[in-house]
Amino acid sequence: MNSNSIAMEMYRRMNLIRRFEEMAEQLHAKGKIVGSLHSSIGQEGEIVGACLALRADDYMMGNHRSHGHPIAKGAKLGPLMAELMGRKTGVCGGKGGSMHLADFSVGSIGETSIVGSGMPVAAGAALAAKLQGLDRVSLCFFGDGASNEGTFHESMNLAAVWKLPVIFLCENNLYAAATPMLAVTSVQDIAVRANGYDMPGQVVDGQDVLAVYDCVTAAVARARAGEGPSLIEAKTYRYRDHAVNMGELGKVDLGGRSDEEVAHWKARDPIKLLRNVLVNELGVAEQDIEAIEQAAIQEVEDAHQFAVDSPLPSTDDAFTDVFIGTI
Amino acid sequence: MAKITYIQAILAAIREEMRRDPTTFVMGEDLSIWGTADGLPEEFGRERVRNTPISEAGFIGAAAGAAVAGSRPIVDVTISSFVYPAMDQVVSIIAKSRYLYGGQAKLPLVLRLGLYYGLGVAAQHSDRPYPMFMGVPGLKIITPSNPYDMKGLLKSAIRDDDPVMCFEDTNLWSQRGEVPDDDYVIPLGKANICREGTDVTIVAISGMVRHAIDAADALAKDGVSAEVIDPRSLVPFDRETLLDSIKKTGRLVVVDVAHRSCSVASEISAIVAEEAFWDLRAPIIRVTTPDTHIPHSPAIEHMLYPDKTKIMAAVRQTLS
Repeated sequence: MNSNSIAMEMYRRMNLIRRFEEMAEQLHAKGKIVGSLHSSIGQEGEIVGACLALRADDYMMGNHRSHGHPIAKGAKLGPLMAELMGRKTGVCGGKGGSMHLADFSVGSIGETSIVGSGMPVAAGAALAAKLQGLDRVSLCFFGDGASNEGTFHESMNLAAVWKLPVIFLCENNLYAAATPMLAVTSVQDIAVRANGYDMPGQVVDGQDVLAVYDCVTAAVARARAGEGPSLIEAKTYRYRDHAVNMGELGKVDLGGRSDEEVAHWKARDPIKLLRNVLVNELGVAEQDIEAIEQAAIQEVEDAHQFAVDSPLPSTDDAFTDVFIGTI
Repeated sequence: MAKITYIQAILAAIREEMRRDPTTFVMGEDLSIWGTADGLPEEFGRERVRNTPISEAGFIGAAAGAAVAGSRPIVDVTISSFVYPAMDQVVSIIAKSRYLYGGQAKLPLVLRLGLYYGLGVAAQHSDRPYPMFMGVPGLKIITPSNPYDMKGLLKSAIRDDDPVMCFEDTNLWSQRGEVPDDDYVIPLGKANICREGTDVTIVAISGMVRHAIDAADALAKDGVSAEVIDPRSLVPFDRETLLDSIKKTGRLVVVDVAHRSCSVASEISAIVAEEAFWDLRAPIIRVTTPDTHIPHSPAIEHMLYPDKTKIMAAVRQTLS
């Protein structure tokens, strides 16, 4: 792909995520989706920039804020929406739901909902690639909150001593659930923690999808060349509450967020920023951009319809996949 | 056929399976100490035989990831309580990934965990924690009680496509037994009738099996015919062999070195009470370790565990 077509693909995937999240929120409000729902609206730049730097056969792990990751890695939307709606055709058969999406066919090997728990797993997938003589890499998304978990430090150390082809991608959205990151974290920049594990650590503007793409591309090249892991910290922001119905927005006295802060970040919306680049720097015609935007709306509507038309799991399904066969 | 120790049986199983399948590899803490990796680095190289940092959540989680990505890790967790720092990886990732992801994930990995009790090492090192993992669907659990079973069961575990926890009774480390040099496997979920009998069924777990056999031999001199069953595998569990035996004897003593509450003995008692109540001629008796912590002093440690005398007393009680 040339730089124009990569940028257009970025724009397409970022729009898919935004429209998918909006649809999911609406369906949750109507009671059509139950359970927790963690929106990644506002974070599409770092998600898409990181995933497009990967090959289709590279591994990607994520966390509870899970919808954007598999979409960015190339998963079909229908089975993702069906999963959120608890349908048998869901990508996990309706057993995982919003926080545990996975589409192994595109290298999305699992979102996990215990904070930090995916990091050792991502390191292990990188270890397997190394042992099998494959030049695949593994990328793990995690939040600023996870950087205070033991698994963060254990995974970084293990990956460094074994020179594993893994990229640790910290999505620093400034809040660990409703708690400000700086109130509970010993460093301003999580990237500096890479120093403790003798690996490169880099801060990147997470709202700038092109900057994230370049940064992750360099880390991927390094990993593929056998030079070991990297830590990348994308500074980003989520516009919504930690999860639907959490209601921390505006509760500044409790450590929550102000409307001014949200407005400040929305002014640097990752989709708007890329749109400006497409129009002003790459000379893409307005109608081509609108076509992408319309197609994303339609694709999400089709995914919704696919889910609505899909059957619910059967009673027997509750008992399968505990083991490979029945025991 | 050679007489080898329980530890040598572990090593033999691992070596044979590593020769058989190049996707297998070993990792764990201090592989050089225990004798279960002797000669493996020379034969298979350091890539496939990896010493880990003391970082249980890290390397046990990495085993999960490696398994998901097509390798077959054999993880030496050493002392079983060292798995606790990695509980989230075992319970939330290893046990649940296949289910959560709707069958997309396959986790062919083995966690080897030593039951390190009876050695004066006090409460944090003496755990027998296999029952708590029976409460987590998605984990297979084996408890080999002799060298022959160890080799055959561990080879099955390594070939199994689901995660298997292998609890190894370190009190049996130096026990010798006849073990064939050739390739044999013992399927998971098949109990062993160690000794046939007609008056009472004694089910014993792991290192308790030899005490049960000793008790049965002693009782035979008094004219009591005791059947001794070793389930060998707790998940999957061989109900049929257990229930057939109860049908014959009508009496059950369950010997489990785990703490009494929610022990394997409790579960086996419940199965028999629910499914074979009308075959019973006497109340079931559990012989277990009481619900206290394991103290350091040998003066008050050994008295806590089941032994031949306690098993014989329990059998006599069911017959009285």
